[in-house]
Amino acid sequence: MNSIKGKFPFTDKKDTRSGFGAAMTALGAANPKVVALCADLTGSLKLNDFEKQYPERFVQCGIAEANMMGVAAGLATAGYIPYATTFANFATGRVYDQIRQSIAYSDKNVKICASHAGLTLGEDGATHQILEDLGLMRMLPGMTVINTCDYNQTYAATLALAEHHGPAYLRFGRPVLPVFYPKDRPFVIGKADVLHEGVDVSLFCTGHMVWECILAAELLEDAGISAEVINLHTIKPLDTKTIAASLNKTGCAVVAEEHQVNGGLCDSIAHYVAKHRPTPLEYVAVQDSFGESGTPDQLMEKYGLKAANVVTAAHQVLARKAS
Amino acid sequence: MQSSSPNTRTLQEREQLALQIRRDIVRMVHGVQSGHPGGSLGCVEYFVNLYFGHLRYSLPFDMAGNGEDLFFLSNGHISPVWYATLARAGFFDVAELATFRKINSRLQGHPTTHEGLPGVRVASGSLGQGLSVACGAALAKKMAKDTTLVYALTGDGELQEGQIWEAALFAAHHNLDNLIVTVDYNGQQIDGPVDKVMSLKNLAQKWEAFGWQVLHCPQGNSMNAVDQMLLAAKAASGQALPVVVLMETAMGAGVDFMMGSHKWHGVAPNDAQLQQALDQLQSTTTDY
Repeated sequence: MNSIKGKFPFTDKKDTRSGFGAAMTALGAANPKVVALCADLTGSLKLNDFEKQYPERFVQCGIAEANMMGVAAGLATAGYIPYATTFANFATGRVYDQIRQSIAYSDKNVKICASHAGLTLGEDGATHQILEDLGLMRMLPGMTVINTCDYNQTYAATLALAEHHGPAYLRFGRPVLPVFYPKDRPFVIGKADVLHEGVDVSLFCTGHMVWECILAAELLEDAGISAEVINLHTIKPLDTKTIAASLNKTGCAVVAEEHQVNGGLCDSIAHYVAKHRPTPLEYVAVQDSFGESGTPDQLMEKYGLKAANVVTAAHQVLARKAS
Repeated sequence: MQSSSPNTRTLQEREQLALQIRRDIVRMVHGVQSGHPGGSLGCVEYFVNLYFGHLRYSLPFDMAGNGEDLFFLSNGHISPVWYATLARAGFFDVAELATFRKINSRLQGHPTTHEGLPGVRVASGSLGQGLSVACGAALAKKMAKDTTLVYALTGDGELQEGQIWEAALFAAHHNLDNLIVTVDYNGQQIDGPVDKVMSLKNLAQKWEAFGWQVLHCPQGNSMNAVDQMLLAAKAASGQALPVVVLMETAMGAGVDFMMGSHKWHGVAPNDAQLQQALDQLQSTTTDY
């Protein structure tokens, strides 16, 4: 049997947002058109180095995110590549109409980069733990939506966005997680990463849930179940070809995301599967509720977003496949 | 950086153009029985002076507009006056004005880049957003050491949107002295007089307090006065502060039964009203 154990060694743990900050510093040197915009969260977005090294291309907008999105649209009109950054809550829900009209509908080459997404924000609580951002962004025509899983992938995605023309949303976060992606693995927008091949059940995951799904696949392997782990880092455009190929092999899937079960990856996959390849699916996501204060680990456990929940969901979907 | 030139016409020629553009506006709105004639008619002198006297641009239209003056319309609902001006200035064929608000048209109800209409650089209509985009464009010019200017027009009712004041802080903080904003100060909005709906109180003091240079134009429907206003605004640019002009206009200017009333903000004339309006607006070139 093709074992998943030992396949994703790591020596370091880092937050995804630090991958973003490091990539921005690299982009500052590599691309004179790249501009970073910030709304009083320079340190949280890890942009201190960019600000220090490229002050002429660092734009402090203050606590005024709506204006920041418009300023980004104006910079893009002139040919700059603005990265508009803040917490995920303020980067999406707070400024939805600004993104819709001035960026998406106007086809502006703006990169909306959002940290502190989801429950893993932790102690700040539900006001800041947006669990609806992927859904909001994926509904906008022409918007590319990306959710990265570790430091290295966030770094690579940040670089890839500079070469991609069009509005995009990049979501990452605060928790310190294993760095298990190879540093040189290229990021291809819209092309899912098959991390481990399996035959019994597919685990479709995104963002911080990718690591939980790797842990879950190890536990399933112990139970004699071969799980296929696929990182759908791009929610839109969705790599339906890779999804279909996996389902043709496994015949059932668990979808896992740190987001409401409504609107995000779960809905995206269900929408495709219901029409093109009806297949039993189970979801590991937040069940239509707000979060609360707590440590990231406590919250992921309370809201059912741990490897153990993926394992339970896998057993449930395997039973449905068999019946 | 090389600058484009304005498409300059004499004041007399601008008066002729203004009459024709007013005809275009009422005919466009009548033709589809929807749209916003009031604010459009009130801003004719501004648009004609801008595009036929002051704005440095080149054709064919280039989205980035480096080395050109840029214009952003924040109050997108007065699209008829903008479309008519762009067509008369040669951005696209005047015959296309007949497609305004109709299916498969580039002349959407509110301006958009989505259909590729030359002259438009961002969608507007949801109010309060265009000024922020203009700030971004002005900042881009500063970064690129491009000494041309960015113009923006807002409504006065639009100033009730909070985003306007976020942009006002931003422009002053970043010393965007290459930005010239004009407020269409007609005192009217959909529900009635601005003072009754949500008063702006002392508007000049507000802008001053936000760190802007404030100019006044009490005669926003006088071709000569608006020409002088734009000259003064350009002279005031480049002095570390963004510039705002409070331009007093009459909603519906040029058509007696529409003038000065909020009732013609977003209502189309019927056949008889169209004729009544056209009788007051002698054709100076040819209708589309």
